[in-house]
Amino acid sequence: MSEPDNTAAAVNDDPSRRDFIYIAAGATAVGAVGAIAVPLVAQMNPAADTLAMASTEFDLTKVQEGQQIVIKWRGKPVFIRSRTGAEIKAAQDTPLADLKDPQTDADRVKAGKEQWLILVGSCTHLGCVPTFGAGDYGGWFCPCHGSHYDTSGRIRKGPAPLNLVVPEYDFLTDTRVKIG
Amino acid sequence: MSDHPSTYVPKTGFEKWLDSRLPIVRLAYDSFVDYPTPKNLNYWWTFGGILSVCLAIQIITGIILAMHYTPHVDYAFNSVERIMRDVNYGWLIRYVHANGASMFFFAVYIHMLRGLYYGSYKAPREVLWILGCIIFFLMIATAFMGYVLPWGQMSFHGAVVITNLIGSIPLIGGPILTWLQGGFAVDQATLNRFFSLHYLLPFVIAGVVILHIWALHVAGQNNPAGVEIKSKEDTVAFTPYATVKDGVAIIVFLFLFSVFVFFMPNALGHADNYIPANPLVTPAHIVPEWYLLPFYAILRAIPDKFGGVIAMFGSIAVIFALPWLDTSKVKSMRYRPVMRWFFVIFVIVCLGLGWCGAQLPDAQVIPGLPSFTLFDGQLNSYLWLTRLFTIYYFVFFLLIMPWIGLKEEPLPVPASISEAVLAEHNKKKG
Repeated sequence: MSEPDNTAAAVNDDPSRRDFIYIAAGATAVGAVGAIAVPLVAQMNPAADTLAMASTEFDLTKVQEGQQIVIKWRGKPVFIRSRTGAEIKAAQDTPLADLKDPQTDADRVKAGKEQWLILVGSCTHLGCVPTFGAGDYGGWFCPCHGSHYDTSGRIRKGPAPLNLVVPEYDFLTDTRVKIG
Repeated sequence: MSDHPSTYVPKTGFEKWLDSRLPIVRLAYDSFVDYPTPKNLNYWWTFGGILSVCLAIQIITGIILAMHYTPHVDYAFNSVERIMRDVNYGWLIRYVHANGASMFFFAVYIHMLRGLYYGSYKAPREVLWILGCIIFFLMIATAFMGYVLPWGQMSFHGAVVITNLIGSIPLIGGPILTWLQGGFAVDQATLNRFFSLHYLLPFVIAGVVILHIWALHVAGQNNPAGVEIKSKEDTVAFTPYATVKDGVAIIVFLFLFSVFVFFMPNALGHADNYIPANPLVTPAHIVPEWYLLPFYAILRAIPDKFGGVIAMFGSIAVIFALPWLDTSKVKSMRYRPVMRWFFVIFVIVCLGLGWCGAQLPDAQVIPGLPSFTLFDGQLNSYLWLTRLFTIYYFVFFLLIMPWIGLKEEPLPVPASISEAVLAEHNKKKG
């Protein structure tokens, strides 16, 4: 035929063209929904200023032996504990077989600085702040659901699955640490 | 009912004009005036109306409180105290809102147990029941986020514990938790978004309530006899019969409400929430509000963290599946002599779970009674009592419901609502 057939029947008889328009329109709609969803969902994630929260420095001379000081880092408490000789020995002598989340005490402190135990003070169960010096193992006791931690901050009893987290930190001098 | 023909006759010229453009008066008339109601409804059926009043009270007082509240970690606690001390009648509005939440849950639990007892979830009311379950779940989310807003010690550490539940999901839990909190801990971002969502969700609830009432009017109301409406003799008009009965119940309910608001406004709260939030110190004993204690108890009953979360959400999810778990053909437990006893035990177990949720898990149930260690705890402890109750909670839905339904010999069910009413009337006369 020399002239294009523009009747409705002829248009409907061209299934590949119809299908193309349907698929193209559908794909565009799906893409648009995805593109709209990304910013709407992502805005809930930590903002740039929250992510940029600086590290914090701490003067260890403030902590007496056998005591701990709690500081705030990234909105969470950090325990800085000066352990007594007996506490260090108890932590080192614990057989790994007794542990729920096996880890040696040496892995949780800096070599030569065994006195200092630095931990994120947030129970690995549901995030409560464990109480210093309480519980069956002389470390910490979480008042919320009864988790017991030892003098290395390792989970010994109760619902918490993991040891208290050791944050990233470095000794700047013998008496000064930088956390984060 | 859907087959109920409209009997609305527009009287004035304006009504006629409006009726042919937007028949909203006709909808209201057919739904709440001439709507045929089973004539044997008892006072347990008034809690739907009571709950509508509760939702209205919460929305009105909530909008007012939002005018005076500041969602900021440094100002939230003080702005609530300012509402209590300085804002004109602020104390009244806040106490109504805070106790209103408790009243709302009190009414919803009775409403749900009524549905459970009289089989209101069975065909053709499954969608009606599921919509109700969705409302209940939204209520829990709304109440939880509302409790965080005063930014007291319980607010803060409650938010920490509950958001951390999400973190227990393997692999994706951590990123989702950070996304939800908007940071590495519960902080300003968390408080601000909780305020936004706490304002939004009541309107979502109102929307689902409309669907709930729509589904109710399609299927028709269940009733204490559990037999469907068969003729006009079985029904009375919604107005005045149901409206006035609901009205009486609402007045009695508001009396109870007032007793709490005016004489014991803090009885259902926790003193620790009058201490400003301190992320560095956790209160010695964290407990949720009373209406969430049974679910909190189930969470703690499981020794595994993720398992506890699964059990807690499972205890709500199982309610959704109820229409397909009950195999009995008889709706009302009036005619189910065996099942009604398991129902009574279920109510006691739910109250027991609530009691256990408020106790320390290691505390002795019977002080001084000698006990022994079973697996990870003393047998004579709330831990094991909670586990016992938790087991019954799930067994009730997953085993007792399907099994008793098949085995039980029901009592004779009346042929119609009229017959049930007459039988009761004759029994009373002797």
